[in-house]
Amino acid sequence: MDLIRKGEVLALEPTPASPEQELQATPFQLPEKPLVVIEAGKSRLASYFHDLWIYRELLYFLTWRDVKVRYKQTVLGIAWVLLQPLLTTTIFTIFFGNLAQVPSDNLPYPLFVYSVMLPWTFFASSLTNSGNSLVTNANLITKVYFPRMIIPAAAIAARFVDFAVGFVVLIGMMVFYNVSPTTSILMLPILVLLVALLTLGFGMWTSALNVKYRDIGVILPVLVQLWMFASPVVYPSSLVPDKYRWVYELNPMTGILEGFRASLLGQRFQWRALGISMIITLLLLMYATFAFRRMEKRFADIV
Amino acid sequence: MMKSIIHIEKLSKQYRIGSRQSSYPTLRDAIAGTFRAPLGRLQQYKRKPAKTIWALKDVDFEILPGEVVGIIGRNGAGKSTLLKVLARITEPTTGQIQLYGRIASLLEVGTGFHPELTGRENIYLNGAILGMKRMEIGRKFDEIVAFSEVDKFIDTPVKHYSSGMYVRLAFAVAAHLEPEILVLDEVLAVGDVAFQRKCLGKMDDVAHHGRTVIFVSHNMQAVRSLCKRVIWLQEGKLHGAGESSAIVDKYLQASLGGSDLLNLDKVIAGLPPDPNFCLRSVALEQNGQATTLALSSQPLEVVIEFSVLKRTAGLHVYVSLLDSDETVLLESINNGASEELPIVDAGDYICRLTFPAEFLAPRTYEVSIKAGIANVRSCLPQPIRMRFQVEASGKFNQAFPGYSTPGKLAPLLDWKTERTSTKIGS
Repeated sequence: MDLIRKGEVLALEPTPASPEQELQATPFQLPEKPLVVIEAGKSRLASYFHDLWIYRELLYFLTWRDVKVRYKQTVLGIAWVLLQPLLTTTIFTIFFGNLAQVPSDNLPYPLFVYSVMLPWTFFASSLTNSGNSLVTNANLITKVYFPRMIIPAAAIAARFVDFAVGFVVLIGMMVFYNVSPTTSILMLPILVLLVALLTLGFGMWTSALNVKYRDIGVILPVLVQLWMFASPVVYPSSLVPDKYRWVYELNPMTGILEGFRASLLGQRFQWRALGISMIITLLLLMYATFAFRRMEKRFADIV
Repeated sequence: MMKSIIHIEKLSKQYRIGSRQSSYPTLRDAIAGTFRAPLGRLQQYKRKPAKTIWALKDVDFEILPGEVVGIIGRNGAGKSTLLKVLARITEPTTGQIQLYGRIASLLEVGTGFHPELTGRENIYLNGAILGMKRMEIGRKFDEIVAFSEVDKFIDTPVKHYSSGMYVRLAFAVAAHLEPEILVLDEVLAVGDVAFQRKCLGKMDDVAHHGRTVIFVSHNMQAVRSLCKRVIWLQEGKLHGAGESSAIVDKYLQASLGGSDLLNLDKVIAGLPPDPNFCLRSVALEQNGQATTLALSSQPLEVVIEFSVLKRTAGLHVYVSLLDSDETVLLESINNGASEELPIVDAGDYICRLTFPAEFLAPRTYEVSIKAGIANVRSCLPQPIRMRFQVEASGKFNQAFPGYSTPGKLAPLLDWKTERTSTKIGS
């Protein structure tokens, strides 16, 4: 046993550095320029997007967490993803299709509704989900650094999984009603991207506002409900008088939803409406990015 | 000269309190306010300026690669704000930090743990939140599980974990981070003693690998043993920086002392008169200064001033040392060693009883002071009591840094250990 002088601080659990370790202990080469400069108000957009790229795996894990946790302790589990839009479609078919005799552009009403119920449910649930996302993840915001955009983006991405799964039912319904896809289906990826970007734009903006004004989280579900009736979900946009069509098309969801219907069920595209949707989506996305970055700096202080 | 890995210059962080921030707490108020007074937005700036506080003010320092630096200070001194700014959670108001290495922060153990997810899933999630890559987590997975000692429950949702298991798992993930700079906030204050010891070991290991560690702690023993250098913040400003033991000692002496002493004066003034004895004052002194916080490395004196009103035989002053459970650890009597009853003449007296250095353990004690005439009566209706705290400093009887001794006292006794033979069992 080695002699231990009184009062000497004994070695910690892992024995003190061996000569080998000492060699390793030579500090690594410091870079010429600082890797990070922390300063008030100065962070370039380019470095922000670089950070987003570095943290891309976090986006994956947060999405995965949301998906995984949502149906824990439910009996039906993942089946709920399919059941939810199916139930709504059934109810809408009974009330709007059968009882109110809402026209459906000569398509079977359930298919008419379900084809847009998918993108609509994605849009609506993403919006409410991402709107609250920053507030519900306050514990992360106040403890760890990462680009905050990942939080609303993950909230949306989680719903995107539902969206993708929902297509399984759609295929089944198309087989059942004997509707075969046409070349219009090629537009589908663009439409999916468009609705995802639009949702991201709204999601980022509302989630950031909700950090300061919690009212947003309360009012959002109500607004979304109203919005559905202002969009061609349960009725075709041809029902709207031509005089007011352009106002109606200022709603970016008009072009997108009619686009989905046209692409999936082989109808004529309404290019003007779709064009307006694209422009609005682009503008919104730019504004939301700008607004989010401006508000982001104070999240940790006020959330 | 070596180049620093962290360079902090004139760093300040201001927080607004009250006034403007709270004047528009909801959207309704914001809208209503705009309608009620369309010029309100302009007037806002004319109104009395919002109250602000500087959580950090003009802090400058440099940290060299491989240094382990402790940050100490009272609550509200700006320690956590400094860490938050360093960790890029909040922006500074003015000033600049330059980081020449990758930084990871651990301001809380188990950030982002989800109770519904299993231990395995949480390792991945938490790892990603702390900035690890999926591959990296996969590679270290077994090591993390082994370190956490929860391998049997790794596929159980963490909501069924005991709090100890939860903390161990969380710390295990964090302990396997490999940034060049690691920022830690009071995370060692969790878990049981054995696990804390393991964490301290891991931290020391980290430091040995040339990584830079900055950590905030209220555990002065941990600070003293892990850090070479300490930064002391007070009211947002840099109050001192330097070699850890020296700064910690200064900090401890500044932060306590003179708390119950006023009260004690009142007790003494309210004592009923005694024909023979009158207590004037009692005090605990270290380095000639009254204190209720003592450092274990220095002698501590109990100073008792009294007057003897007439010549008295057998007058004694008693001092007892009690622990916080009121167990009497020892009693010492002035003139206790004399063989005959002492005869004390009238006059003013001052007694000093010294507890030697390296004798008391880091814990709370109480001294109890009595006076009396042997076999006749007590001169005080009840003992005068003073509570005090001992902080470990200097040489200390411990098995490892952060060790908490079970002993009521911790004298440094003489040990002689010799190797009697190089052959075993001869």
